[in-house]
Amino acid sequence: MTSLIPRRSRSLGAMTASLVDTLLTPHGIDRYLELVDPMKVRNEIRGKVTAVRRQTADTVTLTVHTSKRWRGFRAGQYVRVSVDIDGVRRTRCYSPANSELDPAGSLELTVKVDPHGLVSGHLYRNAAPGMILGLSQPDGEFTLPEPRPEQLLLVSGGSGITPALSMLRTLHDRGDTDGVVFVHYANTEQDVLYRDELAELDRANPGLRVALGFTHAEHGGDLHGFFTPAHLEEVAPNWRQAQTYLCGPDGLMDSVRALFYAEGLGEQLHTEVFTPPELEIDTENATGQVRFEHSGREIANSGRPLLEQAEEAGLRPEHGCRMGICFSCTKVKSRGCVQNALTGELSTEPEEEIQMCISVPVGDVDIYC
Amino acid sequence: MTDLRDRLTPEQVEEFGRELDEIRQQLVADLGQEDVDYINRVIRTQRGLEVAGRGLMYLGFLPPAWLAAVGCLSVSKILDNMEIGHNVMHGQYDWTRIPELNSKTFEWDTAASGDNWRHSHNYMHHTHTNIIDKDRDVGYGILRIDPDQEWHPYYLGNPVYAVLLAIFFEWGVSLHDLEVDRMLKGEISWKDKAEVRRKMRAKAGRQIGKDYVLFPLLTGPLAPLTLLGNASANVVRNLWAFAIIFCGHFPEDVESFSESETEGETRGQWYLRQILGSANISGGKLFHIMSGNLSHQIEHHLFPDIPARRYPQIAPQVRAICEKYGLSYNTGPLHKQLLSVAKKILTFALPPREKEKQAPTTLNEEKELAAA
Repeated sequence: MTSLIPRRSRSLGAMTASLVDTLLTPHGIDRYLELVDPMKVRNEIRGKVTAVRRQTADTVTLTVHTSKRWRGFRAGQYVRVSVDIDGVRRTRCYSPANSELDPAGSLELTVKVDPHGLVSGHLYRNAAPGMILGLSQPDGEFTLPEPRPEQLLLVSGGSGITPALSMLRTLHDRGDTDGVVFVHYANTEQDVLYRDELAELDRANPGLRVALGFTHAEHGGDLHGFFTPAHLEEVAPNWRQAQTYLCGPDGLMDSVRALFYAEGLGEQLHTEVFTPPELEIDTENATGQVRFEHSGREIANSGRPLLEQAEEAGLRPEHGCRMGICFSCTKVKSRGCVQNALTGELSTEPEEEIQMCISVPVGDVDIYC
Repeated sequence: MTDLRDRLTPEQVEEFGRELDEIRQQLVADLGQEDVDYINRVIRTQRGLEVAGRGLMYLGFLPPAWLAAVGCLSVSKILDNMEIGHNVMHGQYDWTRIPELNSKTFEWDTAASGDNWRHSHNYMHHTHTNIIDKDRDVGYGILRIDPDQEWHPYYLGNPVYAVLLAIFFEWGVSLHDLEVDRMLKGEISWKDKAEVRRKMRAKAGRQIGKDYVLFPLLTGPLAPLTLLGNASANVVRNLWAFAIIFCGHFPEDVESFSESETEGETRGQWYLRQILGSANISGGKLFHIMSGNLSHQIEHHLFPDIPARRYPQIAPQVRAICEKYGLSYNTGPLHKQLLSVAKKILTFALPPREKEKQAPTTLNEEKELAAA
């Protein structure tokens, strides 16, 4: 057999891989390896939970070790995390909170329990070392440019701290924190995620300012009550010259956005929608029929997003975040008008790509699904 | 022959459909972790048997080891094609949203391309079950299996074709998608099937490559024995799949239908046709698993997209509904159903005699009168 092996070892790996693929057709190597050890998969990505801590009453922080194929992330990006709950695979997007310079294959995910949330509740209750998660490669444009802006303002609220903290930790690892202001809002001091880590970062980086805001407490921290422009003047007087990265609950996002747009500084504000946004849904006045062209199914428009209506009709289109972020559920609408429930924007062109999870039919709609 | 539409009154058909819908809703609401755990156990068993079979081929010079290897590989292929492949590709596990169990992307360990099969089977066969000239699974375009198929001297070879189809079943299923019979009639052209042919070639290449080239070569001097072993496993699977599938629609008393009597069918009438056009095979639990639960062909045709492991669970309810409406529920042990199919293959090789044209024997005259 040795004579069959080419001299150059570089092609040996490729040859072995293609031989193994041919031998294991049609299922492929991962379908065998995962039965031995889910972390041994070669083409897909899995994560193994190695540590679990509950920093606050309604969050859980997972330390995750990724399988071989993971290519690393950039601070601020998110990853799609899948778990099976009662037989059904559920996928949600989470931004890692750790530094992008951490040893390869390590992730830290902090998940806040949404009272109606299937995945967050499941992780909060069941996460334990050894748990296996399905992972995607990282995605998202909410990242710092290279080189980073001289004046940098990171504003976050609640569990929206994760991408901002990832940026801050990465800058800390690079020793590049001068001129950075980190403002974080929580209900009270007890609700501050990464309280000790933030204090430590503040101590270790003289050029960095960390400011904590408590929306439901009048003492402690640096700022009190919900966000107001005065907060910025107080802790980041140079904010008009800074590039600002914002992630948090809707209320915070709206007030900060309003300020920046009022000042004509919209271009300096970068945001990541973290919690599922409020969709503009009107089920009372919905009219028309929705026709799913591939499956031949048709249902009366309920006024809900197309993804939900497709599921209502018994279809199971591929999807990810269900909040307009990940584009997994993008399909081509062949006819009719849909409204983007996030922005209110109308799509009237035929043969236009739309995101099913945030598109609501306005009258008759045909979609390739 | 009594028209399908006159079998039950419109009110009865509606009520009958509603009762079946109710069974379906209960089942759908009950699907969960245990169904996924089950199919994962079957997959684990199949992959284990496959690895064991391939491994034992290295001991192929010992006859018991060779036989064990063929046994493992045969069972692996049967599980892969039937309880796993057929059922997953029906969409029975699509609700899990697990990509490996997705009907659109699953591929099976057989010569027929999954993509081609999905169309001919899920759509052509399951929608038009037993409608002569529309359901291409009636005789597979090769055999005469129904009195309503016009006789031709070609059909004198019926038994020979059946034996060949059984032995080479996976290739039969693959070629089935070419619709050669329709090409000969000039209804479609060779070109129309370019995409089907491309998928067919690619799939066949991969299957032949692994079973008849690479795995034999990997056993070095034992290559001929391995090749023979792999071929045997494929044939064992072919014979088994042929037997199960032919017993599902072709035993005596299973009815066929004309296009005209199924026009504008309601859901209830569609259910009715699925029941009258299918037959079950009775047996133990292991037998049901090895048949991919196609031993419950009636339940499968009613609810093709519900995990097949649930069919035995609802069979008593379906049977009770059939009894209530005076409909036959065709079932019997494998040997009886096979004999019945064999008889048909032989009978229909010959030109029709007058007595073939009679009302279906499944009709229960008294109940039908009561229903009217």
